Amino acid sequence: MSADVRLENVWIKFGSFVAAREIELTIKGGEFFSFLGPSGCGKTTILRAVSGFLKPSEGNILIGGKDMAGIGPNRRPTALIFQNLALFPLMTVWENITFALEVKGVNATERRKKADELLELIALPGQGEKMVGELSGGQRQRVAIARALAAEPEVLLLDEPLSALDLKLRQHMRTELRSIQRRVGITFIYITHDQGEALTMSDNVAVMRDGVIEQVGDGTTIYDAPGSPFVASFVGENNLFRGTVESVDNGMATVTTTVGTLLAKTPVTASNPLKVGDTAYVFQRPESLRFAKPDNQINRIKATIVNEEFEGNFWQVYFEVPGSTKPVKMSMVNDGSSSERRRGEVVELVCEPELSVALAEGPLAAE
Amino acid sequence: MALYNYLKNFFTRNGVFLSVFLLGVVGFWIFFLIILPQIFMFDFSFRFNLPPAEQGGPNDVYTISHYKFLLFGSALSEDSYNVIDLTVFLRTIVTAVFVTLFDFIICYPIAYYLAQVAKGGWARLMVLSLIVPFWVNEILRAFAFRIIFGSNGVINDALMAMGIVDDPYPFIRENIALYAGLGYAFVLLMIFPLYNAVESLDKNQIEAARDLGSPWWRIHWRVVMPFAKPGISSGCTMVFMLSAGALAAPQILGGPSSLWFTQIIYQWFNTGGNWPRGSAYAIVLLITSIVFVLLVMKIFKVKLGEIAR
Ligand SMILES: Nc1ncnc2c1ncn2[C@@H]1O[C@H](COP(=O)(O)OP(=O)(O)O)[C@@H](O)[C@H]1O
Ligand SMILES: [Mg+2]
Repeated sequence: MSADVRLENVWIKFGSFVAAREIELTIKGGEFFSFLGPSGCGKTTILRAVSGFLKPSEGNILIGGKDMAGIGPNRRPTALIFQNLALFPLMTVWENITFALEVKGVNATERRKKADELLELIALPGQGEKMVGELSGGQRQRVAIARALAAEPEVLLLDEPLSALDLKLRQHMRTELRSIQRRVGITFIYITHDQGEALTMSDNVAVMRDGVIEQVGDGTTIYDAPGSPFVASFVGENNLFRGTVESVDNGMATVTTTVGTLLAKTPVTASNPLKVGDTAYVFQRPESLRFAKPDNQINRIKATIVNEEFEGNFWQVYFEVPGSTKPVKMSMVNDGSSSERRRGEVVELVCEPELSVALAEGPLAAE
Repeated sequence: MALYNYLKNFFTRNGVFLSVFLLGVVGFWIFFLIILPQIFMFDFSFRFNLPPAEQGGPNDVYTISHYKFLLFGSALSEDSYNVIDLTVFLRTIVTAVFVTLFDFIICYPIAYYLAQVAKGGWARLMVLSLIVPFWVNEILRAFAFRIIFGSNGVINDALMAMGIVDDPYPFIRENIALYAGLGYAFVLLMIFPLYNAVESLDKNQIEAARDLGSPWWRIHWRVVMPFAKPGISSGCTMVFMLSAGALAAPQILGGPSSLWFTQIIYQWFNTGGNWPRGSAYAIVLLITSIVFVLLVMKIFKVKLGEIAR
């Protein structure tokens, strides 16, 4: 069973500090939903409010249509996986997993059976008798998931559960988590500061900054049509040029920037519409930049190659561009063309207007 | 060999001067203040109570008569067992167990509150208010309890004013003042080990248990107490030993009919002038206490090293 989660005008304050501001959000039942944002932006705070450990200063939280005000964490249809997992070190793996059943008064034989089922689900068969301390990081991770699932929650809340794992395992666990979510079919609310995790696993993502939700959308929308400079700079990489809007026409804006005049699309998701005369940013992703061909008429940028990094499948090429304080970065698929480029060579780059994004000036993500 | 390696390691880590100092002080402490007196007591307890002139003479031989006396009493008495002393001994042990349980029940919530719930200035104020009364001398504190629990004390005044009792309740004769005084005397010794143990528990574990639907009592039973077990055993054994061995509180707060085993020991040493018998009684109390500690450790499945943590 899965339930939808609604946050209606939720504010959470610690004294005079506002940790979450005017959160208005609907998470559909059975969806994999992520909160993405830098550390300290209020993600854990929102999760704790949904699980019932924190009372919102204002607003309502509804799970499955039911207002959760006054309902404690032990009586909500949610289960929380803590950032540090918080497994019980003095219990065996199977006792950990079936703690929620023990609470309900299920007898030991039945609990044991359920534990074995769940150990099967998380691919740790026969490890029930071990102590938690004897498991590896990845295994502990799975035990935490099983322990939460044993409570048969309608909503599973996950607070950066993969952050302690090494890169390989993290990538493996992404797939694993997504497949577990599909199998059990309940709502997952996932918190992360890692955009890769958010984009690969989620049906929908909310990007947060300083307690505010900047944009909600599916992964491609967030990536291709960012609604604010913060989202554009936090999710993925971007080259950024500042300038003044000359004209706005039919979803395209002409911006006179420090590196020349650029034509860029204005996403419908933008929180502030562009007007002529506004200060604006134009964002161009490294993978959208190419070497200009003779027939490219617009968005040409003159650049000098300063550095190249080889990443196997990709080349990262860095340019110095007059008018840009930071080096401009271009990612190219490795097609064996490396011998054609030299450091110090002056070239012309282009980024299609459709792949360039113009947004009204606003706060950016910290580097 | 292991000892040699350990010592070598110890010396290189702390330097020669500090090592010699530490080993010297600890060694002096253990040998002169703990082992040596106990050995003398032990030896004493197996000797006859002879006048100084005969000590070391031909009559100074080993005997178990003092232990026999504790069990069977004087040959002249009519009972086949030393009913008085044994009753006092048993009552002392049982009362000490209850004082320990009582302290645990009082102190566990306080320690939990201080360690996991209260924060900042409020907690510090609470700790201070727990400690400050102990700046007052133990004897004075005992007398203060006598005054509070006396027939004209505040408690009886309050009870009578509220109409709960008509006549002053004999708190002292019923030994309630004694239990309260003993319990109070050792609260800190219970609270601090409990606090230390509970404090190191990750708050997330408590929240995780709650999130999984656990009511508060199960959280304590399954998560907090198992984690705090070393602290619980440490506090319980300390309170038990000290209340079984207390002297001032029973002397001052005990009812007229109630003797504490330490008082009997004291009498043998002091007014009785029979040091060997006093030693024998003291050794019995000591061994009982040690057995109790080992028993508690066995029940709670904790090791000595954990208790000392
Ligand atoms: N109990 C609290 N009291 C005061 N401030 C808090 C408390 N919990 C969190 N905060 C503050 O709220 C902000 C958001 O915290 P958090 O939700 O943990 O961030 P995130 O999980 O996104 O890293 C932080 O600035 C943090 O210092
Ligand atoms: Mg967090």
